[in-house]
Amino acid sequence: MAVTLDINGRERTLEVDPATPLIYVLRNDLGLKGAKLGCGLEQCGACLVLVDGVKEFTCNTPAGAFEGRKIVTIEGIGTPDDLDPVQQAFISERAAQCGYCTTGMIVAAKALLANNPDPDTSEIREALADNLCRCGSHAAIIKAVQRAAEVLRT
Amino acid sequence: MTLSPSFNKNPALDSWLRFHADGEITVYTGKVEMGQKLTTAFAVIAAEELDVDIGRITINTAETDATPDEGYTAGSNSMEESGTAIRQASALARRLLLDAASSWLDEPVDNLSVSDGVISGRSNEKRVSYGELMDGKRFEHNVSEDVITKSPDDYRLIGKPVAAEGLETLVCGLPYFIQDMELPDMVHARVVRPPNHQARLIDVDEAPVRAMTGVIEVILDGSFLAVAALREEQAVAAAARLKVLANWDESARLDTSVDIFEQLKSNDRRSLPVVEGIPQDGPVPEARPPASAARTLSATYLRPYHMHASIGPSAAMARSDDEGLEVWTHAQGVYPLRRALAGALDLAEDFIHVTHVPGSGCYGHNGADDVTLDAVLVARAVTGRPVLLKWERDDEHAWEPYGTAMRIEMQASVDEDGQVIHWCHDTFSDTHTARPGDQGEHSRLLAAWHRATPQTPPPKQPSKVHHMGIHRNSEPLYDFGETRIVKHLVDDLPLRVSTMRALGAYANIFALESFIDELAAAEGSDALNFRLAHLSDPRARDVLEAAAAAANWQGGPVTPGRGQGLAFARYKNQKCYAAVAMDVAVDDAGNIKLERATIAADAGQIVDRQGLGNQLEGGLIQSASWTLKEQVTWDSGGITSRDWESYPIIKFDEVPEIETVLIDRPDQPFLGAGEATQGPTAAAIANAVYNAVGIRLRQIPFTPENVRKAAMSG
Repeated sequence: MAVTLDINGRERTLEVDPATPLIYVLRNDLGLKGAKLGCGLEQCGACLVLVDGVKEFTCNTPAGAFEGRKIVTIEGIGTPDDLDPVQQAFISERAAQCGYCTTGMIVAAKALLANNPDPDTSEIREALADNLCRCGSHAAIIKAVQRAAEVLRT
Repeated sequence: MTLSPSFNKNPALDSWLRFHADGEITVYTGKVEMGQKLTTAFAVIAAEELDVDIGRITINTAETDATPDEGYTAGSNSMEESGTAIRQASALARRLLLDAASSWLDEPVDNLSVSDGVISGRSNEKRVSYGELMDGKRFEHNVSEDVITKSPDDYRLIGKPVAAEGLETLVCGLPYFIQDMELPDMVHARVVRPPNHQARLIDVDEAPVRAMTGVIEVILDGSFLAVAALREEQAVAAAARLKVLANWDESARLDTSVDIFEQLKSNDRRSLPVVEGIPQDGPVPEARPPASAARTLSATYLRPYHMHASIGPSAAMARSDDEGLEVWTHAQGVYPLRRALAGALDLAEDFIHVTHVPGSGCYGHNGADDVTLDAVLVARAVTGRPVLLKWERDDEHAWEPYGTAMRIEMQASVDEDGQVIHWCHDTFSDTHTARPGDQGEHSRLLAAWHRATPQTPPPKQPSKVHHMGIHRNSEPLYDFGETRIVKHLVDDLPLRVSTMRALGAYANIFALESFIDELAAAEGSDALNFRLAHLSDPRARDVLEAAAAAANWQGGPVTPGRGQGLAFARYKNQKCYAAVAMDVAVDDAGNIKLERATIAADAGQIVDRQGLGNQLEGGLIQSASWTLKEQVTWDSGGITSRDWESYPIIKFDEVPEIETVLIDRPDQPFLGAGEATQGPTAAAIANAVYNAVGIRLRQIPFTPENVRKAAMSG
């Protein structure tokens, strides 16, 4: 059994059961630890990735269902040497306490800003509705998304 | 200079600092990093005292035999304990290094200066660096009280903007958490818990699970049941199959016939009067209003069970062989956990090595310690192979130790002038302190209760420590004449509990600061003025007035359906001062919308301004979540709060705009702030709702249902 996935611009064929939820393939077969396992129930948003530009949960959907679609994980969004403006804004606003929810937040923000370059705070809140944070970093995260939007517009 | 209490156990300077030949400096702390960014603050403090670039500092956090034993990372003590220790150790190291440099450079110490760890004099061109001076040597010197730290006037770094440690790693999703760890030959594991705390395993047919692809081992030890597999999803599938195949004796049920808040009053209990924050042996005085009382008011406030509910379920790594037991954990105390593991497994402590690795934010005693024993039990069954065991969401919600339900009864009397002259505060509660450690024949680790030879938790004892647990912040900071404070440790309550952020302070401050508003309203006084009329501590007055000014305090009602509320506390009456003002809107259905929050805080000297602000704001938002939405639910079969739908927490559209005012006190010691805003936030919301719609909320959470219930009861 194998699945072929287009991940961060690269096609990968992996010897895994296509029924395996994508998150385990990303984290354990590809070493991409950015998407986090939080609930396995599509309730918390820690496992989000971009699929054809749209945010999707990976904790419950089989890897096989992602074949033929373009997956971008947080590792494909930016790296320490080449930070995405959204990542940079999260650093500048210190929009992470423990940081476990952070990558999911950034993925959700990327999906928002791709379609709406100038969101107001209620649109940002709406776009992050699927993402839970327990440390109470919400206010800083909203500021970070605003800052990123400004940077991306200029 | 008063030394950090952390030196009592770890007086040797070498246990705190190591200078490497290449100019790098390692600072050792027994505290753990869990998102509060204390490694950032510690690096600033060490770099400041040593006069080096902050980039030279590496902070080595809690690891047995490598770092000082500083107990638990808890109670907002890290800055005062470890931060002060690092400051004093660094100041002493600098002095010793200057002494050594004096002879090397042939210059009196007074003529020496330090720039980024390089010492130079005035009379010649010679220089020497810390690394050259130490050259692998150790100080062999204990920290003593004659250490002199830098004057705030000379600060280069403290209080200035600083980049937080590790944020690039987090925003790029690089491996960081214990859940991300991988070791060669590692296996994945999951645990299968009973349906509830009372159930015990009758039998389980392991054979079909052992036959599943990838399954390496099924671990069965009494009612402890777990599985190890090559791949993670195989472990998940095998655990799900085991769950189906296991037969449990579920005849023991939870008694739900008496309401929990009734049980808090009617169950057996031990009651201790609290004087100046310290519980006393001896009789509990009667709550009798004095003869001079013009009016006496009383009210009862209720807090449900809350859970830590970390976003990432608890996880641990363990490897066991004849040589030793190695564990990686996100527990908040590596030395206490080592003692607990040694007790549960009947092993010598020095057989076990414990290293802290960050987990998801946890705010108290969650599943981190328990999952470590789970991983160890699996590791002992697959000798030599590292085991990464993760709890599932259901395990975390249903099995972590909760923050206890509480009932608080207030009574106060005022004289003819409206001054409070008599104040009574009774807190009824289960324990807030059940962290694992050396418990002798007993154990506080979950799996130890389920094994074939089970251990039991030790009997609960009322803490007599200043502002600990149940009585934390029950002592008012106000000048209230005669006070009568009583803590009641209640027995036989239904759910497993332990420490949760702020312990008893959250509900005690909710009650105290709500009741003050009730008194002020009864006297027809402004809530701010009523507080100030009873408050002589100038720093307390400053934060209240700063919050009121920043929030544009209107004295209560703003427009129909909208109101402002104010509340204040000094955490433990000895740490950070915080006042919170809240603007709310309440609709006819009882939905509360937090529109704007204002914090004013004084945490003494500010080391890391942005980090301090984040701790205060994070505390406010988490408290708003507890207060508006959260309560653990159960029935006779066990916990029914098992995911984010059955235990909802605050979401983005419910979080208010927040403004934070920080009062810097460069001449005062720095104070922990991670638990300063929880209590004031709850009371500020309740007071704002009262001002908005005239409904007094005395039962958390403030769900629309509880708001309507309060409206009906007047």
